[in-house]
Amino acid sequence: MSRVAQVIPIGAKQADPRCTATTASGARCRNRAIGDEGLCRVHLGRPGQGKPPPREKIGPFDAEAVEELLAFLRRRFTGDYEIDVFGFDRELTEKVLAPLARLLHHDYFRVDWRGLEQVPSEGSALLVANHAGTVPMDAVIMKFGLLDEHPAHRHVRLLAADLAFRMPFVGELARKSGNTLATEADALRLLTAGELLGVFPEGYKGVGKRFKDRYRLQRFGRGGFIELALHAKAPIVPVAIVGSEEIYPMLSQAKPLARIFNLPYFPITPTFPWLGPLGAIPLPSKWVIEFGEPIRTDEYPDDAWQDALLVFELTDRVRDEIQQMLYRNLMHRRSVFW
Amino acid sequence: MGRRVLITGIAGHLAGMLARRLERDPDVEYVVGVDVDEPRLDLERLEFVRADIRNPLVVKVLQTTEVDTVVHLNLLATPAGVGGRSQMKEINVIGTMQLLAACQRAEVVRKLVMKSTTAVYGAGAKDPAVFTEQMSARSEPPSGYAKDSLEAEGYARGFARRRPDAALTILRFANFIGPNIHSSLTRYFSLPVVPTPLGFDPRLQLLHEDDAVEALYRAVREDHPGTYNVAADGVLYLSQALRVLGRPSIPILLPLALPVGSALRRFGLVDFSTDQLRLLVYGRVADNGLLEERFGFRPERTTREALEDFAASLKVRGRITPDRVAEWERDLYAFLRRKGQERFEKAKG
Repeated sequence: MSRVAQVIPIGAKQADPRCTATTASGARCRNRAIGDEGLCRVHLGRPGQGKPPPREKIGPFDAEAVEELLAFLRRRFTGDYEIDVFGFDRELTEKVLAPLARLLHHDYFRVDWRGLEQVPSEGSALLVANHAGTVPMDAVIMKFGLLDEHPAHRHVRLLAADLAFRMPFVGELARKSGNTLATEADALRLLTAGELLGVFPEGYKGVGKRFKDRYRLQRFGRGGFIELALHAKAPIVPVAIVGSEEIYPMLSQAKPLARIFNLPYFPITPTFPWLGPLGAIPLPSKWVIEFGEPIRTDEYPDDAWQDALLVFELTDRVRDEIQQMLYRNLMHRRSVFW
Repeated sequence: MGRRVLITGIAGHLAGMLARRLERDPDVEYVVGVDVDEPRLDLERLEFVRADIRNPLVVKVLQTTEVDTVVHLNLLATPAGVGGRSQMKEINVIGTMQLLAACQRAEVVRKLVMKSTTAVYGAGAKDPAVFTEQMSARSEPPSGYAKDSLEAEGYARGFARRRPDAALTILRFANFIGPNIHSSLTRYFSLPVVPTPLGFDPRLQLLHEDDAVEALYRAVREDHPGTYNVAADGVLYLSQALRVLGRPSIPILLPLALPVGSALRRFGLVDFSTDQLRLLVYGRVADNGLLEERFGFRPERTTREALEDFAASLKVRGRITPDRVAEWERDLYAFLRRKGQERFEKAKG
């Protein structure tokens, strides 16, 4: 109130319209009117002005939040939620998985996001990123980080290897958070539906490379992702992830063990498998994720995706751009851990 | 076409329902049903011929009745009723072969409608999320019913090649559900405690029995040559489906799934084949876009609605109904508020 009284200069008293409301004591309100209704701040009942209605509390918690939580639990308990054909459970992803992943990308790896504005807020796009770190942590970080940090809070639908869907719990969570198998059919279906698709063309070659090869991009497959983008006419956004290489520095790999467990590689790091489950804790490296300028694909003819030479050229261009971004961000890095 | 119709496997529920639907159509002159068992439904106009489709006599039936359309529904999904897998295969594969040979001979037959299943796509970790009609199984060679259906489809295509004047419609159905249908899936859903694979949650796609009948009826009465996925819109996770049904579940380690499956079979509870077990681990969804686009039919009930209709028909309904849970929610909220109020007053006084 005192602020209002101070702001009104005495000379301007007559010129300003006054509030037309009557106060509790029956006198006319003497405050200056704002807005078109001829009322002052107090009588207009602007939110944030005057006294907000006291919020009901249950113990230390907001009653509304408790009510919401109970409704959420009820929906989960009765199966009253929707999933899409890929098994994407939006509610579970946003309400349960995203807050957990936030601890990782925001608090543990403290990701610096650069060039987020390069990711379109609507419509399809293909995010192409480098893959590293022994465990595909970079996929999780990119997916949930973008959901939190991007102004449009978009969900990235990742393409994963069939190994992910063979593993219990991992496969289930991968499906429920909206990812699918890396096949042409699924990828094209997602892109034509206007989704944001994320791919790691290096695959196992990237995620399973040794520490001495860090930040050196591996072969980009056969460029299937370029064909996809051309086919769906979706822009390609190159993504460079710095920090992922240091979480589990893979010194060597045990081929016989990999064969026993039917895995593409079995990592040996300074801590794993020596320290057992303790060795599975990732090192807290400082991450930088940069998005490059989108490469447009809608100017090429309809059948451009069948042009092998163009596909090769574009693959090289995307790969080059990611490598350049990686080097640039590595140069500016002060230290691995902060 | 579609005025004089022969239906094989008329003792089956789906076939009976189709016959009833055709009987109600005044443009359908004549419906004849062939099976070794009598139809279970009361049918008025249907003429029942007790015959085995593996018997060459079928040609005679086709010629004397002068049917223009044959609906082949005599494909068994489980070996339970006929005593063993080899017998089931005999009926499915050899039966289809013989029937199609007869159809080829009988020139009056101008259309063949055959039931198949989306199980022909298989179910596995290497499979795409959504199958279209052009795709084929890639994770594992299909076995059991899926294999039989695939072979039957092959014979049907052979028939279409040799008889270019005849139209062929193959309908690949998703798992049927509904108040009157009995399948291994409905029995599985009716178990008091439902075993589920630990760490896996398959996506399920169902089809209400009425929609299945409608699709068959339209395939008979209209002309839609080709192969179509017939599945309801929408997908449910197995866990979600069990919650809709209000059934408690017990997670089972995957290596134990086969022993549990065979135990259930031995006790006559559920009759699951290995390809059905794979469905319950990896799930399967088929694209029904072509059905709507070219066939011009969209199943009336979604997967969830179909399941809810089945849930309503269960004699022993799950104890955890949505109303009940909503009630718990209200009670718990009221309780928490009351507690909070009491504490507040205690702190004040």
